[in-house]
Amino acid sequence: MTIIHFQFLSAILFSLGLYGVLARRSAVLILMSIELMLNAVNINLIGFVAFRGFGQEIQTFGQVLIIFVITIAAAELALAIAIILRIYRNKNSVNVDEMNILKG
Amino acid sequence: MISIDLILFFIASSLVVGGGFLVVTVKNIVYAAFALLVAMLGTAGIFLLAFADFLALVQILIYGGAVVVVILFALMLTRLEDFKGLTDNSQKPLAVLVSLTVLTIMLYAIVATAMPTSQGDAISMIDLGVSLFQDWAIPFEVASLVLLVALIGAVVLVRQDEEGR
Repeated sequence: MTIIHFQFLSAILFSLGLYGVLARRSAVLILMSIELMLNAVNINLIGFVAFRGFGQEIQTFGQVLIIFVITIAAAELALAIAIILRIYRNKNSVNVDEMNILKG
Repeated sequence: MISIDLILFFIASSLVVGGGFLVVTVKNIVYAAFALLVAMLGTAGIFLLAFADFLALVQILIYGGAVVVVILFALMLTRLEDFKGLTDNSQKPLAVLVSLTVLTIMLYAIVATAMPTSQGDAISMIDLGVSLFQDWAIPFEVASLVLLVALIGAVVLVRQDEEGR
């Protein structure tokens, strides 16, 4: 098990999330795809942290960094769900194709 | 000869990739939420294999617990029958093209860059806690403030107004 396994897994998962963001039509599904992309970043980070031969101190810092990434992802999810519920209440739909009121 | 941790890694990564693939392809949106749960638990397994036991615990608690439940609640509060025709939009071929291009570029960059690798070693949970609460105490508090602001903002956003809107 080397870094390259983690990098491959991370790249595949990131591309899957990117496809989901581009091809899905429901706002909640797009949110799930964004969570997949954040997880890909975390997998890449933990691969480098554990298998690059860094010292104890940098390894600890890397894990702390991943904790912060997870925290910010949770905050982002809460806000995004709130915005989706608000849009649903106003427009009675979560279809992102219909959210074009900013179109000139 | 394939070592045991490589076999475990392939099991966990097939969970991650399979779950992620189902999230972006399956028609029923509730199944997509449960596929997301599978992908998150697979990621927890990856964290365990990279000697990050605390992160695996956090991943199961936050993603496996909180995030999937919050997404299921969001699905419950919006109308489910609408989602039948809401899965894929018309730019699907373009999305396949773009994501495959990005994947090819990233895989080429990974293969072309020789990355020296070493035997992984674990750090103890005690060291992680000491570092988190001594060296990174102020960023930790700022993160808690960010969470507080985000939660209050979410409550304000979804609160019913006086006229019931």
